[in-house]
Amino acid sequence: MDKLIVSPAPHAHSGDSVRRNMLLVIAALLPAYAVSIAAFGWGALITTAISVAACVLCEWVIAKFVLKQQSTIGDLSAVLTGLLLAFNLPSNLPWWIVLIGAVVAIGVGKMSFGGLGQNIFNPALVGRVFLLISFPAQMTTWPLPQGFNGSYVDAATGATPLAAMKEVVKGNASAVNKLPELWDTFIGLIGGSFGEVCAAALIFGGLLLICTRVITWHIPVSILATVALFSWIATPAGMEPHMFISYELLTGGLLLGAFFMATDYVTSPMTPWGKIIFGIGIGLIVMVIRIWGSYPEGMSFAILIMNACVPLLNKIRPKRFGEKKK
Amino acid sequence: MNTFRIGGVHPQDNKVYSANKAIIDCPLPKQAIIPLVQHIGAPAVPVVEKGDKVRAGQLIAKAGGFVSANVHSPFSGVISKIDSTVDAWGIRVPAIFIDVEGDLWLDEIDTTPALVRSGILEPKEIIDRVMAAGIVGLGGACFPTHVKLMPPPGKKAEVLIVNGVECEPYLTCDHQLMLEHGEEILVGIQLLMRALDIKRAIIGIEKNKPDAIAYMQKLAGRVLGVSVKPLNLKYPQGGEKQLIDACIGRQVPSGALPIEVGAVVDNVATVYAVYEAVLKHKPLVERVITVTGKNVAKPGNYRVRFGTPLSDVVALAGGVPEDTGKIIGGGPMMGRAMNNIDMPANKRVSGLLFMPQEESRRVAPENCIRCAKCVSSCPMGLEPYLLARQAELEMWEGMEAHNIMDCIECGCCTFTCPSHRPLLDYVRMGKATVGGIIRSRQAAK
Repeated sequence: MDKLIVSPAPHAHSGDSVRRNMLLVIAALLPAYAVSIAAFGWGALITTAISVAACVLCEWVIAKFVLKQQSTIGDLSAVLTGLLLAFNLPSNLPWWIVLIGAVVAIGVGKMSFGGLGQNIFNPALVGRVFLLISFPAQMTTWPLPQGFNGSYVDAATGATPLAAMKEVVKGNASAVNKLPELWDTFIGLIGGSFGEVCAAALIFGGLLLICTRVITWHIPVSILATVALFSWIATPAGMEPHMFISYELLTGGLLLGAFFMATDYVTSPMTPWGKIIFGIGIGLIVMVIRIWGSYPEGMSFAILIMNACVPLLNKIRPKRFGEKKK
Repeated sequence: MNTFRIGGVHPQDNKVYSANKAIIDCPLPKQAIIPLVQHIGAPAVPVVEKGDKVRAGQLIAKAGGFVSANVHSPFSGVISKIDSTVDAWGIRVPAIFIDVEGDLWLDEIDTTPALVRSGILEPKEIIDRVMAAGIVGLGGACFPTHVKLMPPPGKKAEVLIVNGVECEPYLTCDHQLMLEHGEEILVGIQLLMRALDIKRAIIGIEKNKPDAIAYMQKLAGRVLGVSVKPLNLKYPQGGEKQLIDACIGRQVPSGALPIEVGAVVDNVATVYAVYEAVLKHKPLVERVITVTGKNVAKPGNYRVRFGTPLSDVVALAGGVPEDTGKIIGGGPMMGRAMNNIDMPANKRVSGLLFMPQEESRRVAPENCIRCAKCVSSCPMGLEPYLLARQAELEMWEGMEAHNIMDCIECGCCTFTCPSHRPLLDYVRMGKATVGGIIRSRQAAK
């Protein structure tokens, strides 16, 4: 007992940390990643390695030489950004495009605002949308799942289910035949950004995050409910509503976005009602883009647009103790 | 609902160290220092002079106002001086120094353990004896109990809520008191019900004390209108407003007192003191405190007379452990860190917690990641992240608009923050300033 520490209460802490939360999200992404590796082979491994390494390095360099502050790579948020960016890319993307995406994600999306906690937009999505606009051809050429067969760069490519859905919506009812089996979309035997294909693994990971209280149910549930309701109303001729709803929910970036991207702490609202409105907004925007927009998928845009609304949504206050109903 | 509805956290309760340890009497000291501020309100005014001989239980300082409390001598001896001392919270307060000679009580005080059941007493008589005995809330706030027993005109108490929650981790003094003095507490409850002219009392106890729940249920079964409410574990359930919500599902409005919803809340230790004061004529001169910690040799529950140096109690518990980094008066959530243990025991200190070095130091804060855990854990439904930021930026109007004065300083926000941000430190600073602004505005009117 040399020196006693005197500090204000509380003197106990939950033991929670930024790093623990990031680790749990990474862990929850691993089932989906395992399916991606099985489906897309080397492409999934190499793209992820480049993306994660570039994100971490970029954050370290900017923190050390530009901001001249203590490096924050230990909190693993850069690893998570790298992983999520990679999950949103086709597995056959040339390495240098991945690199550009990672630098934009961290450099522009995160560090330019002052680092973790300061950014307005989801960094991984900033990186992805930058690539989508800059390299539209490469970013929308989806390899088909074929495991470790052959060179990943020259993999056979094909349309994603959402492209076929778009044709159906536009009135071409015969495009229904281009859709994969619903079961295949559930277990991940479809084309697309490599992390988003396996609905089953993403739902499992998402539930894991809710159970470990890393995220709350509000955002994912409100997104998925809005999308389901919207697709039920907007079911096109030539498809049964339940089939249309199922395809809308299980394909594209919806599940990955709803559970892992829209729930990003920094860029989502603080209160339960704020989160619910945020989720409804994302659901509406993504359906508007999917049905009337020129892109087949709009999850990235929907999340980024709602990210911009977060300061406004944070004006919504939680229910106070003893507050009288008006 | 077996708990309060908004927010809350689940700290490790760590009660195992001192739970079920029988209450041990701390020996009398050679010299005692009796602080005259052991309650919320005006300091007590000495009624003895240097050189006076006093007996245990004798009034030595009388309440300095309506919201104040009498102070009695816990010992027989001679007043050696009337001066000031630094109390357990580190604040200099007036104090009476006594050279202790022995344990000779005033004649009318019954110090035997015999249980006295209620005689026929008028409500006013009960309240007068509570007031005379200097009883204050022993749950931590030390609000004079007689004030709660006299609701303002137009307000009527409907239910007495007895706080046996002890939601602070580590502390077990209330738990042990229920086990050893349950019968007396029941009689005390009946006295308070009579004083308030009410028919209903609820004893709230958290489910980590199943033996206390079973025992109190057995005793309460014999008394009409008294029931035990077992509560799910959640901190800060022992907070007055949270406990009322958990027990009767009513929420005290912002800025109001429990009487607004017809409730009066008293801690079990306070109820026990009421019993002693009213039926044994014994004023409040001692309390049970828990001395505990992971490395304390003999953690336990000790009955200590006020004025006894805390170091005497610590010696009884086996001394200060080798690797102690922090000594906390009270529990780890709301207790205060102390810089030594030479201060005298008083009505406020409910425990002494010795934290090992490695748990004592705060972790360096990181950026706020806006995870909203502080918002969802706040039992008052506030936005701690925002209040802390506003305090940093000195945005006083904004803090007032966001109801900073509702904060009960329970510490859930700081406890839960994954970035280890000192949220409550900022909120407390903001509260002090905003409170001052509000008071001066009212004074100007």
